[in-house]
Order: sequence, then structure tokens, then C-alpha cells
Amino acid sequence: MTALAAPPDAAVDSVLHQRTRRASRRRLVIVVLAVLVVVAFAVTLMVGRTFYPPGDVLRVITGEKVPGASFTVGRLRLPRGVLAVVAGLSFGLAGVTFQTMLRNPLASPDVIGISSGASAAAVVGIVLFSLDGTAVSSLAVAAALGVALLIYVLAFKDGVAGTRLILIGIGVGAMLNSVIQYVLSRAGQWDYQEALRWLTGSLNGTSWTTVLPALLALLVLAPVLLGQTRNLATLQLGDDTAAALGVRVERTRVIAIIAAVGLVAFATAACGPIAFVSFLAGPIAARIVGPNGSLLVPAALVGALLVLVADLVGQFALDTRFPVGVVTGVLGAPYLIYLIIRTNRAGGSL
Amino acid sequence: MTSVLSVPAPDAAPPRRPGSVRFLWLLVVLAALVLLMAASVAIGSRGVGWGDIVAALGGSQETVAEAAVTKRIPRTFLAVLVGAALGLAGAVMQGVTRNPLADPGVLGINMGASLAVVAGLAWFGLFSATSIIVTAIAGAALAAVFVYAVGSLGRGGPTPLKLALAGAATAAALTSFITAIALPRGDIAANVQSWQVGGVGGATGSTITPVLPFLAVGLVISLLSARSLNSLALGDELAAGLGERVALARGLAALGSVLLCGAATAVAGPIWFVGLVVPHLCRLLVGVDHRWLLPFSALAGACLVTASDVLGRIVARPGELDVGIITALIGAPFFIAVVRRQKVREL
Amino acid sequence: MTTTHTLVAEELTLAYGERTVIEGLDLAVPAGRITAIVGANASGKSTLLRSMSRLLAPRAGRVLLDGRAVHRMPAKELARTLGLLPQSPIAPEGITVSDLVGRGRHPHQGVFSRWSREDDAAVAAALEATSTTELAERAVDELSGGQRQRVWIAMALAQQTDLLLLDEPTTFLDVSHQIEVLDLLTDLNRVRGTTIVMVLHDLNLAARYADHLVALESGRIHAAGEPGTVLTEDCVRAVFGLESRVIADPISGKPLMLPIGRHHATAPVAAEVRGASEALSPR
Repeated sequence: MTALAAPPDAAVDSVLHQRTRRASRRRLVIVVLAVLVVVAFAVTLMVGRTFYPPGDVLRVITGEKVPGASFTVGRLRLPRGVLAVVAGLSFGLAGVTFQTMLRNPLASPDVIGISSGASAAAVVGIVLFSLDGTAVSSLAVAAALGVALLIYVLAFKDGVAGTRLILIGIGVGAMLNSVIQYVLSRAGQWDYQEALRWLTGSLNGTSWTTVLPALLALLVLAPVLLGQTRNLATLQLGDDTAAALGVRVERTRVIAIIAAVGLVAFATAACGPIAFVSFLAGPIAARIVGPNGSLLVPAALVGALLVLVADLVGQFALDTRFPVGVVTGVLGAPYLIYLIIRTNRAGGSL
Repeated sequence: MTSVLSVPAPDAAPPRRPGSVRFLWLLVVLAALVLLMAASVAIGSRGVGWGDIVAALGGSQETVAEAAVTKRIPRTFLAVLVGAALGLAGAVMQGVTRNPLADPGVLGINMGASLAVVAGLAWFGLFSATSIIVTAIAGAALAAVFVYAVGSLGRGGPTPLKLALAGAATAAALTSFITAIALPRGDIAANVQSWQVGGVGGATGSTITPVLPFLAVGLVISLLSARSLNSLALGDELAAGLGERVALARGLAALGSVLLCGAATAVAGPIWFVGLVVPHLCRLLVGVDHRWLLPFSALAGACLVTASDVLGRIVARPGELDVGIITALIGAPFFIAVVRRQKVREL
Repeated sequence: MTTTHTLVAEELTLAYGERTVIEGLDLAVPAGRITAIVGANASGKSTLLRSMSRLLAPRAGRVLLDGRAVHRMPAKELARTLGLLPQSPIAPEGITVSDLVGRGRHPHQGVFSRWSREDDAAVAAALEATSTTELAERAVDELSGGQRQRVWIAMALAQQTDLLLLDEPTTFLDVSHQIEVLDLLTDLNRVRGTTIVMVLHDLNLAARYADHLVALESGRIHAAGEPGTVLTEDCVRAVFGLESRVIADPISGKPLMLPIGRHHATAPVAAEVRGASEALSPR
């Protein structure tokens, strides 16, 4: 333990080697995931009551008129598929950002009630004030930010403890779900499908006007979050260590929270809080990538893949058409329980 | 620093709550319950006069108003029964788990009962009221065992955080399954909301009667376990040292609470937070002695659910709001307040 | 390489909310030396250390690094000169040792800049210095307490700062690992001239390893200077409220504190202690 001289080349090369191997594993995962997302997206466009071959689909996308396909693919399947990708990317990115920042897989926006906040606001806007489009999105963003702030303030007592924040978030979420049910019941007729959209998420009836705000939000906010990749990774070492390494902790946190909440809110305003996608994407990505660097991009891709596949399953795999949120809920909730069991066993930070 | 071994002064002992104060509170809660029951019969989308109520109570159904009152009477009784069952079940559960966040809703036990019933209706053609109740109780018991097992894994045993998380996760999972099972079946889907959000509307005498024996047994077991819950409150080891058979006492008390909340869910659907809020409030009124706390929780639970039902009829006129939504709106802030009071390391 | 960085606290007042922890404190950290801060629990040791590395903004007064207020310096620039190892840093689940040590390069990298050979060399040197090269591909959460602490020190070394602040680097370590860590820090100081400031619990280890000892007593400096002049029986009584005997350490010649307590002293010492505490008590 005495040598502090310059290290031999071999040692430096070994460090370099370890680092490139980590990076290449991560790159490989990203490429594979991206390919899978593209494939699933293509399948979404081709499959339905009528099958259209890839050629037809491509011609529709490039703007040609194809009898039948132009309407079915261009007006029905394309917006639905795009929204699935956009919402999946948004939920995945936002979820993993929260999980990284609060150092707890349970701290994702859908578990701690932020998605429910956006959803409740959307319902209030639509049912009580007959709003649509951008107005609903703006209301959802405001509400989601408000809920995030509320949870943070309520959890603040001698500093914010992750555990307290999660429990309070669960309580807030329960209350907001009641608000959704209350508002929908005020609407007069209780439409169960409509209720499901706002309670668990659904892509049914997607049109370009619902997709557009979410798409724009993703294009603006995703680069903001990706710009914080390294700061977020350093933040994982604890606030003090990160600050000592030159991260401006509060600034990073505020930027990340606003961007992530914005992503969740815009996506939720379009298709409801698709159950457990933001919770699942991060841990699944971590499983595939391993501890090999930032999870932001892999988690976003996992989110998109989850939504696309779950929507395909919900539409075609079973006799009944299930909204996508019911499928992700059935898949996600057992994983949540498994995660709790695993963390409890390990005597982890829970 | 030198008098390490001195005996604490006698006045440092916690003040005993005089029995007369408790008795006074008992009268207050009883009076409140009677008033709320009267309000529940009198208030609804159709306004009725006192004459109608008196006539209806006498068995007359001649006018529309009298008929409306007649329909509200079983509903009121159901609210009282369900509330009492959930309040008592919550108090017992908090005692058994020594956990301030325990509640049949938070721990996912009501959802277990709901899922069992929905699965039974969808797959096994359950028909008789009794078989539905038994299924609900079995579902509640399974969910309770599962959540307790998951929440007890690892260091520190069943801490409030671990139990609440296991419960919330289980509830979320069960809710998803209920939707998935019910959605394809139009006949059940019509009622699916009532299996996800509890309510007491539409109750008749024939829906209430079959559940009475189960509630009665649950009530007796729960009330009888008051003394052992007092010992368990001191910790398992100390309770064993005081001659309590810990596993048996805990099992019996848990059985009582599962019977209560399973049966309540079978008739009214899952209702959250009643079992959480009520015991906490009652502890403020009568202290931590379970021999007082348990009956009080039953009475106060009845008050809360009846009041919620009345409120649901007032705020959503001309429609009405399920009890489960109202109790969640009241109960969730309460839950948050309890969480905030806990120290982090206790969570 | 010799460092001449000066780190000075001037009339520093620190508080958490309403609670003032440090009041009007002046402290000059001697450049190129090892400084140890000792004091009772809650005397403000960690708070002082956090403020010196700009983690806690002062209520009044300032901390100057080379004459510039640290709380006004750009975060990364400060982090290239001054490093801090907090008491309980958090290792992300499953992270490997070399990845964790590499995180120490953060202040040397821009948002879009790529890893350079210089970065790899710094990581390799830090691994070598802490004898963790063999552990490089292991997961941090599999390591023993002593190994983990060496890895964290390696991360701080990869930061390549001329000043290094450590908050209780030896807690949770058994005695041989404590010595190992303190020897490593001494090497770092002797070979690289790194200025080291550390909070230590163990008075005797502090006295042995520090060139400069700072004794804190409820937010004020009770004494500061060479361990031989600072660590006295009066100082221990004032700072810890403990009767003790201070003798010369037969190994190092530095002062060695022996606590007395109420039970195990031989008769003449016990009588002397009783006399002393009666003289102290108001009645």
C-alpha cells in the first residue's frame, strides 16, 4: 500500500479494458432493444383485423395513397403505435430518473401518485370543464408538478427520507384515484372503459391530436434529461459524495424532477397512467444492462417495448380486447411483489 | 450521572384515564351513531318528512316517500354493520401486527376477498349468498397470510413500511386481476366497480341476513382477544414471559379480524382506510387498553361508514357516491399524517 | 509535487435550521500536513467538514480556498482541488470497483467529453495506491468493510485533488483496517504532499497520525496545534467531560490518553479523581 507513483501501462490498459467492456455491453443492449422496438412498432402497424404487408405500410408512411390501408394504417394504427412508443419512452425515462434520484426502485411516478395526479387533472379537465388537447395536457402537467411538490413537502421532516416519501406517495395516489372515480361518477353515466383509461391507461381511440402534445414534450424534455446523465449517475453515490465531486445537487434534482414530471404528465394526458410501465422499465433495464453505466436510454426503450407488446397482447392475444394498462397491470404487479420480496430478503434499504 | 439505579418518581408514571371519561365518550359515540342512523334514513335524493319515516318504520309503504325510507333502512343497517366490522378489524390488526398502518384496505386484505368473489362468480358459478361469503373470507385470509409473510421477510420483521408496501403492491396486483377477470364477462363487468370500490347502496334484508352469523363470530373472537392483544403490545418475548401463548393468541385475533373484514367485503365490496382511521381516533379518546379500544373502534367505525354513506348521498346529488370513495378521501390524508408522525427508522 | 493551497475558515457560523452548530469559528488548515478534528458527539466536527467542502452554506463568515470563498467557486473547479469522502457514501447496487473509482473522475469531465487515457491512468493509479487492483472487477457490495473503505478512498484519489477531507474514515473498521487506512493516508501525504483533514473518533489514533490536532467543544475550537500540546488531561476533561491520564505513547512518542472512569482505577488514582471532580462540581 505504499506505491503512489505513476501506474504501469499494463495497469492503465486493464482499466481501459474493463471500461470499454462495460460500455460495449451497454451499447449492445441499446442496439438490441432499439431493434426490438422497431420490430414491435412495425407489427403494430401491420397486424389488426386486416393484415397489411410491410410494403403497404411503408407506402402509407411515405404519404402514398393505398386503398384501405391509408385509413386503417394512417389514421388508426399509426397514431396508436406512435403514442405507444412516445408514452413508453416517456414513462420509462421518467421512471428511471425518479428511481435513480431517490435511490429506490419503488419511487417511480406511478407508485408515488404523480401519474394519478396527472390523470385526475385530465379527468377533471375533460369531464367538468370540457377541455381537450393542449389544455388538458397543461392542466395535467400543472397537477403532476403540484402533486410532486405536495409529496415532497409532506415527506419533508428533517430532510426527505425515501421511505417516508414512498408511503406518503401511496396515500396521495389512493386519494387521487378516489378523485378520479368521484369525477367520473359525477359525469352521470359510469363508463367503465373510460374509467379504465384514467385509472390504468388505454390506447383505444388514439388520434393525432392526442399524440401531438406528448410527442412534442418528449422531443423537448428527453434531451434535457439525457444532458443530466452523468450528474444523475454521480448522484447515485449520495448527495454529499456527488456534491464533493462537483455536482450541483439541488440544481440537478430540480431539472430532473421537472423534466420527468413533464414527461409523465404529457403522456398521461394522452393515454392515462399506463400501469407500472415507469415502475418496471428501470429495474428490467438494470437487469439486462447490469451495473454498466446510465440506465436512461435502456429504460426508455424497455418502456416503449413494454407498451407496444402489452398493447398487442391486449388487442389480439385473448378473446377480449383489454386496454393496455390492464395488461401491464397484470404483468407488473406481481413483479412489484417479487421486487419487494427480494429487497426484504436481502435486508436492503427498504 | 451517579444515580444510575434510582427508581423513577411515582408521578412519572403515565396518567390513568379515569373510567368516567371513557364512559362519557361511550355515550357521546352512541348518541352520534343514533343521530347518524336517523340522518341516513332521512336524507337521500328524495326528501322525506318525519311523518313518512315514522310511517315507514311502522311497516307502511303506501307513499313513494315511505317506500324510499323502507329502502334506506336495510342500507343504514348494512353501513353500521360494515363500519363496525371494519373498525374492529382494523383495531385488532393494528394490535396483532403492532403496526400503526395496518388496515384491511392498506394491507390488501379486502382486495383479496374481492378477487376471490369475482373469480368465484366468473369461474365457479357461485350463487348462494353463504358460498360468496365463505369465498370472500377465504380470499381475505389468503391475502392476509401472503401480505404478512412478504412483509415479515428480512431484517426487523414486519415493519410498518414493509407491511404497507407489501399490502399496497398486493392490492394493486389484485385490482389488476379483478379487472382482467371481470372485463371479458359482461354479466360480472356490470358489477365490477362494486368489487373495486365498496358501497352499501342497494342493500336489502336478504343481502344482510346471511352475513350476520359470520360477523357475529368474528365480533366475539375479536372482542375476546382484547386481553391478549394488551400483552402482545409489549412485544412477543415479554408477552410470552407474561404467560401468553403468543402464536395462538395472534392466530386467534387474526382469525377474528379476517372473518370480520372478509364478511364485510362480501356484502359491501372493499372499503379502504376505515380500519386505519378509526382505531387511531379511538386511541386518542380512550387510550391503548384494547378492552376499551376494541368496542369503541366498532362503534366509531359504524359512525364513520354511516356518515360517509350519508355524505355520498349529499355531495353527488342527484346521483350518489360510493362509501369507498368517501372513506378514501377522508382516510388518505389521515394515513399520510400517521406516516409523517413515524420516525424514519421505525418505518 | 508540493501543494501550497490554503484552506481557511473565518468567523464561520453554521446552523441547521434554527439550531446553531458552529459559532464564530476561525481555523487555518496547514498546507501539506495532516489535520485531525476531534471532539465529543454533536460537537460539530462533521458539520465543519461539510462546510469546508461547500456542502453546507455558512450562516455567517466564510471558508476561503487560496483566498477565494468556496461557496462562490464553480462546483467542478472546487472539486478538482478539494475532495471530500463523506461518512456513509452510497454504492449503487451491483456497481464494480473500477466503475465506482472511475466516478471520481467526474469533475475532470465535461458533459460531452469522452474518457481519456489520463482518466484511465488516474483510476489505475488510485487502484494501485489502495491495493484494490485485484478487486477491480468485483462488485462493491460483495466486499468486506475494510476493502470497501479502501475502494472509497481510491475513488477520492482518482479525483486527484491536492486537498482531501475525510469524515470518520475509520468508523466500522476493525483495528487493523483502521491502521491500514491511516497508513495509506499518511503515504498519500508524504509522497504526494496532499493536505489531509479528517474527523476521527479515536483520540489516540488522531494524536498519533495528525501533525495538527483540532479539538472542538460544542461548536468552538477548544485547542489547536501539535498533538503534544493539544492532547492534555485538561483538554480531555473540557472537551469530553472525562477524567483521564495522558502519557507518552511508547511506540510513537505522541501523547496517549487513558480514560479513568468510575470503576477500575487503582486506589491512589481514584482518590485523585474524586478530588478533582469535587473541585469541579459547584457544591
